[in-house]
Formats: sequence, structure tokens, C-alpha cells
Amino acid sequence: MWVWFHKLGSPKYFWGFSQRLLPWLGALTALSFLAGLALALVFSPPDYQQGETVRIMYIHVPAAMMSMLVYVVMAVAGAILLIWRMKMAEMVAAASAPVGASFTLLALITGSLWGKPMWGTWWAWDARLTSELILLFLYLGYMALYNAIEDRRSAGRAAAVLALVGVINIPIIHYSVEWWYTLHQGPTTRGVRIAGSIHPSMRWPLFTMMIAFNLFYALVLLKRVRCLILQNEKDSAWVRELASEK
Amino acid sequence: MSLFEVTRRMLRRDLLLAYRHRGELANPLVFFLIVVSLFPLSLEPDPKLLATIGSGVIWVAALLATMLSLDAMFRPDFEDGTLEQLMLSPHPVALLVLVRVFAHWLVAGLPLILLSPLLALLMNLPGEALPALLASLALGTPVLSLVGAIGVALTVALRRSGVLLSLLVLPLYIPVLIFGARAVTDAAAGLPWSGPLLFIGALLALALTLAPLAIAGALRISLE
Repeated sequence: MWVWFHKLGSPKYFWGFSQRLLPWLGALTALSFLAGLALALVFSPPDYQQGETVRIMYIHVPAAMMSMLVYVVMAVAGAILLIWRMKMAEMVAAASAPVGASFTLLALITGSLWGKPMWGTWWAWDARLTSELILLFLYLGYMALYNAIEDRRSAGRAAAVLALVGVINIPIIHYSVEWWYTLHQGPTTRGVRIAGSIHPSMRWPLFTMMIAFNLFYALVLLKRVRCLILQNEKDSAWVRELASEK
Repeated sequence: MSLFEVTRRMLRRDLLLAYRHRGELANPLVFFLIVVSLFPLSLEPDPKLLATIGSGVIWVAALLATMLSLDAMFRPDFEDGTLEQLMLSPHPVALLVLVRVFAHWLVAGLPLILLSPLLALLMNLPGEALPALLASLALGTPVLSLVGAIGVALTVALRRSGVLLSLLVLPLYIPVLIFGARAVTDAAAGLPWSGPLLFIGALLALALTLAPLAIAGALRISLE
């Protein structure tokens, strides 16, 4: 296991490994999206209160989940980079940031589209909405810092410190916002609570979509990391060989 | 030199430098005053309205004024090489940067607190809110300095970092802003306000223990 982990830290090994993994991952992602979308859009029932708009949930909830997961991945990759100085960790973190920001934006947009028919407003200063917005700011800050520093190596490490500071702050921000919100106004009707209280006819489409989103992230991450590998290792012998082959 | 002697001399040097550049110190304060006075001008000078938004406005202005003074924490030392000497010191860098942040707070944070009663008056805050304003600023501004120092340490090697710095730091300031403004609003409404204050205290304890490590780490990366 450890040997494999260390091997994965070498860009060359990662390149070959991801090459073999990509077709499978692509096929699985496509399959799970097909299944998930079919279940979500066709085979799941409309909500008795929300009608057809509940189907937004099948995009919104996985996107919101991924937005947080990706930040944690970035922070873990950052920690690995700072502790073991693994080149690949830096690429994983850097490749994750725009994907995570897109998921966050998607969650915000779908949430707003869902909020209009349900709450009658595009935007409410609800605790979850607000913390999602702040998460977007954190992503943007991360990317801004990473792109502002010219030296790639210190850019990755500085951004890693920022991701770690951010990951400590996310729960603090979340609870402070939640607490501020609960004091500000009474609870409005929330959409659907996920854990447990959701009916199986909606739970399974949602699960499938969550898996599809995870696979999609893995797929995009691999592709982006492979681009970064080529860019960062452009002077190494094996990349030159690769380029001359084609 | 013992650690105590080093910290004492650092503190003395920082305060002396600040004293010799007194003019610069006043700028964030004037900014603080101007920002707050913009609000009555852009809304209506209705005493009731001002009293409701006052706590938030003063806290936001304090946040922005802190942002302005942050860069001075490490940039001059970075430019003349003092920072590299600091890194070479046999003493723990995290402790030395804590001294630096403390000195910064003394010259940038403390004056904001001293000025805040005047702003409370301008914003028509009731007298009961004043202790809460002072206490929340006293606990909150050190957190702002500590968290801001992480941002400065990360961006100090960049030439134009002003906007970037605020992009990094402002989202992290949100919890302090929420609890700080909350304490003042609660006090103004005659409610008990120790709850939010305790939260800021907890944030300060967390920032005091973890932020110096992050600042030291970030400075090392920036100086590479």
C-alpha cells in the first residue's frame, strides 16, 4: 500500500496509471450519470408539495456536497504537500480548486433557481446559502493566491497553507452563520432534509447522482492533473519522448 | 540573548519604528472615521435607523481599517531583509511573529478601540451598548490582526498584494464580524451580551495558539 502510494507520488507513474484508469472511469461516470438522470428526471415521483421543482434537488444536493468535499481534498492534499513535499499533492490541490469552485457556483445557482418557486425569492440570507457563498469566496481566494505567485513551487505551498487555514475556518464560519441566522429570524420552511427523512423513491436517485458527481470529479481531476503533469514536467526526458512520439 | 530579551527588544524596536512614523498610523484611523460617517450621508440621518445599523457599520469599518494597516506588519521588513534575519534567529519564529503581531495590534488595533466611543456617538448608539462595543473590539481586533498576519505572510513576496490580501482575509473575518456586531446589538437592545463575547474570546484563544504557527510557516514559504 505504502509503496503504491509513494509510486503514485511520481508524476511518471501517475501518468501511466491514470492512462489505464481513464477509460474505465469515463465509462463508469457516463453510466452513473445516465442512470442517475433517468432515475431523477423520469422514474422518481414529483414531490407532493413542491411538484416537479423537487428534481432540482438531484443536481443541487450533490453539487453542494461536492463543493465541501473538494475543499477537504484540497486541504488534505495541501497537508501532504507541506509534510512530505509530494509534487503530485500540489497538482491535485491546484487541479481541484476550479472544479470545487464550479461545484459551489452550481450549488448556488441551482439553489437560487429552486428558491424562487419554493421560497418566492432568488436569494435569502439563510445560513446554508451564506456559508456556501463564503465557501465560494474561499475558493476564489485560493485560486487568486495560487495564480498570483510566480514561482510554482512556493505558489503550491502558500496555497496549501491557505487551504489549511480555510478548512479550520469552514466549521467556525458555518456555525457562526447558523447561529447568527437563528437569532435573526425564525426558521423558514426548508426544502428537504437529506438524512433519513427522505423517501426511498427519492433517496436512490439522489444516491446515484451523488455517486455520479463523485466519479465526475475524479474524472475531471485526473484529466486536469495530467495536463498539469505535462506542463510541470515538460523538461523531463519521458515527457519529451511522449511528445516526439505523437 | 535570552528569548525574553529578544522579545523585549523586538517589541521596543517595533514600537519605536511606529512612533517615528506617527503620520502613517493616523491614516487608518481617519479612514475608520470617514467610512462610518459615509453611512449616515448615504442613508438618512434618522437617529433610530443609525442606532439599528450602527453596531454593524462600526464593526465593518473596523475590519476595513485593520485591512489597511495589515501590510505594514511584514512588508517593510521583507523589503530591507530584516525578515530573513528574523528567520535565522535561534528562537522559535512563531513566538517572534507573535511579538510582531502584538506590536501591530498596539499601534493599529488599540487606537481603533479608543476611537470607537466617538463613532458610537456619531451613530447614535445607546450608552448601554458602549461597554459591549469596547469589549468586543478589545477581544476581536487581536483576532483580526492574527488572522490578517497569515494573509500578509502569504502575500508579502508579491509586488501588488493589496486586493489579493483582502480577498484572502475578509472571508476569514466573517465570524468575528458576526459575533462582534451581535454583542453590540444585543447590548443596545438591553439583552445579555456575554454569549457572543465568549465566542469572540474562544476565537481569540484559537487564533493565538494556531495563527503564529501558520504565520511562521507562510513566511518561510514566502522567503524561499
